[in-house]
Amino acid sequence: MAEQNNKTNQQEVKLMKGNEAIAHAAIRCGADGYFGYPITPQSEVLETLAVLKPWETTGMVVLQAESEVASINMIYGGAGAGKRVLTSSSSPGVALMQEGIAYMAGAEIPGLIVNVQRGGPGLGTIQPSQSDYFQATRGGGNGDYYVITLAPNSVQEMADFVDLAFELAFKYRNPAMILSDGVIGQMMEKVVLPEQKPRRTEEEIRKECPWASMGRTPDRDPNVITSLELKPEVMEQRNLHLQAKYAEIKEKEVRFETQQMEDAEYMIVSFGSASRIAEKAIELAREEGIKAGLFRPITLWPFPEKQIAEMVKGKKGVLVAEINAGQMVEDVRLSVNGAVPVEHFGRLGGIVPDPEEIVNALKEKLMSRK
Amino acid sequence: MSKMKGAIVVNTDRCKGCQLCIVACPQDVIALAQKKVNVHGYPYVEPANADKCVGCASCAVVCPDGCITVYRKKVEE
Amino acid sequence: MENNIISPENLVYKKPTLMNDTPMHYCPGCSHGVVHKLVAEVIEEMGMMNKAVGVSPVGCAVFAYRYLDIDWSEAAHGRAPAVATAIKRLWPDRLVFTYQGDGDLACIGTAETIHALNRGENITIIFINNAIYGMTGGQMAPTTLLGQKTATCPYGRTPELHGYPLKMTEIAAQLEGTCYVTRQSVESVGSIRKAKKAIRKAFEASMQGKGSSLVEIVSTCNSGWKLSPVKANEWMKEHMFEFYQKGDLKDTTEL
Repeated sequence: MAEQNNKTNQQEVKLMKGNEAIAHAAIRCGADGYFGYPITPQSEVLETLAVLKPWETTGMVVLQAESEVASINMIYGGAGAGKRVLTSSSSPGVALMQEGIAYMAGAEIPGLIVNVQRGGPGLGTIQPSQSDYFQATRGGGNGDYYVITLAPNSVQEMADFVDLAFELAFKYRNPAMILSDGVIGQMMEKVVLPEQKPRRTEEEIRKECPWASMGRTPDRDPNVITSLELKPEVMEQRNLHLQAKYAEIKEKEVRFETQQMEDAEYMIVSFGSASRIAEKAIELAREEGIKAGLFRPITLWPFPEKQIAEMVKGKKGVLVAEINAGQMVEDVRLSVNGAVPVEHFGRLGGIVPDPEEIVNALKEKLMSRK
Repeated sequence: MSKMKGAIVVNTDRCKGCQLCIVACPQDVIALAQKKVNVHGYPYVEPANADKCVGCASCAVVCPDGCITVYRKKVEE
Repeated sequence: MENNIISPENLVYKKPTLMNDTPMHYCPGCSHGVVHKLVAEVIEEMGMMNKAVGVSPVGCAVFAYRYLDIDWSEAAHGRAPAVATAIKRLWPDRLVFTYQGDGDLACIGTAETIHALNRGENITIIFINNAIYGMTGGQMAPTTLLGQKTATCPYGRTPELHGYPLKMTEIAAQLEGTCYVTRQSVESVGSIRKAKKAIRKAFEASMQGKGSSLVEIVSTCNSGWKLSPVKANEWMKEHMFEFYQKGDLKDTTEL
């Protein structure tokens, strides 16, 4: 018991909100800067950083920007200069960031955007939702691009995904997003925070990011961070290069989790906080003798289409339980490709469903079919 | 008695014929080359009255494209 | 006779080395070229070629990054001050500046301009004010003068339809974060000399951590104004200088 306590003490188990975990994890993974704007339900990210004062410990820059537009452009500047930088916001603020995100994809620079979703559309509500799935996975700005999108469903994953998102962003020179929601942002759970990683030195940054605009060295040509190219033949090549990159990411970076799928007859597909509710729903369903299992996409883009296509074989149906009017269900339908029925269940307006509602939906929409 | 004598070299391929150098020159050294255009299709300037140049570099300073290189030397009369 | 004058030891002036040989896309007589030259000269004279990071705008100068051999970041329209803020805070020993037109700085980017200046970010904002949107074909700018005709105010700007021209530099001078706010021009040898000094002072101030600087260059757009380069300079002197008065509006740099 004493040994267990010592181990957990060393591992720094804490109880905190998802939003706070993002802040702690950012400092610990050696982030160079955070630039953000307050918006409910995620202002704790900036507030926590302000209290922790990492500029005095790791030298991490923390700046409250004048808007989300300014925030994403600060990310653009910092990431273009080779630095590990992140911002966070919620749905209406992320809508403002779409231009900047598209520019980052076009200029091929790595940055992290955290979206703690709330109900919409427009100013919407401060209550949770998952209605930015399209915005995140369809490239909410202009042009042919994607954002590597991770969907945590626990405070632990909020902490773990910060470093993972940065790794992926830098590996592929592409913006990455943690698509969270108001439930996970605000709920408190135990979390083991990652070990403190030192921030990279200038030499390390030059080595990792030879393309960065951070001040030339005499041994290389000037770098330009830009998404502009007026010659169509060259622009086509640039876009083909981006598409090849996205194909590689789709090949290599899919992440998902399953629960009780081995003997399942019905598959429930859920991400983020809805997946936690779905876990409970499956438990309830099984008590009634319904063999339900969970497929939880962790990367929403790249979407685990092949894995879903494989796993629905022989199943009686799929219920996509997400807190929106039907967004991820489209990707599930594409993956299932007509093999089995696919239905959607969701609540709107910031209402978070109960597990019983998911069980009822399973019964009404799938099990009562002939 | 000595005075300053100047000479300019115009990069005629870079010149766009904007004539701001002509206005700036206090010595009427520069003029548009007559009925000529460069490789980009622009008319260009040349030191038509090179002898008058005193190397003040006004032309080069006002040139938006940095086309003009200026030299100057003290010569004995 | 000419030949023995043209010789390296007699060199008085040439294009700065930092400005490469790529032909510039600007219209003949455009003020951009002169300001680019000055920026290049100042960076070279300060020995900061390997420490400078420029942030280019959306506007005719979007391609500034083609002509000056330093690292550049091309910003979205109006966002350059935010981009520069991050670069400078993350790399404090770099010389960071933005180069923006009137639409970029005083229209879509008004918030970013004011807030970066007000926070006292150690950057220089170079503001090319030619009272028109050149790149997109000569539309009205926030700094277009009353009565001036452009593609979107073909009968002349009026307060009732279009509101008043905006004097960003005067606003900047009142912000606590700024240390140097000045308005210059580049149509004559004398004004070019002053403009270069202004850019140098602003760059030095930013490297010494004195706060933000705004260097406005009242400029011409002979294509947009539909005048020859020479006539455009005259029009500018006659009309623009009256409204956009030149000089230092604020200088707390002690440089």
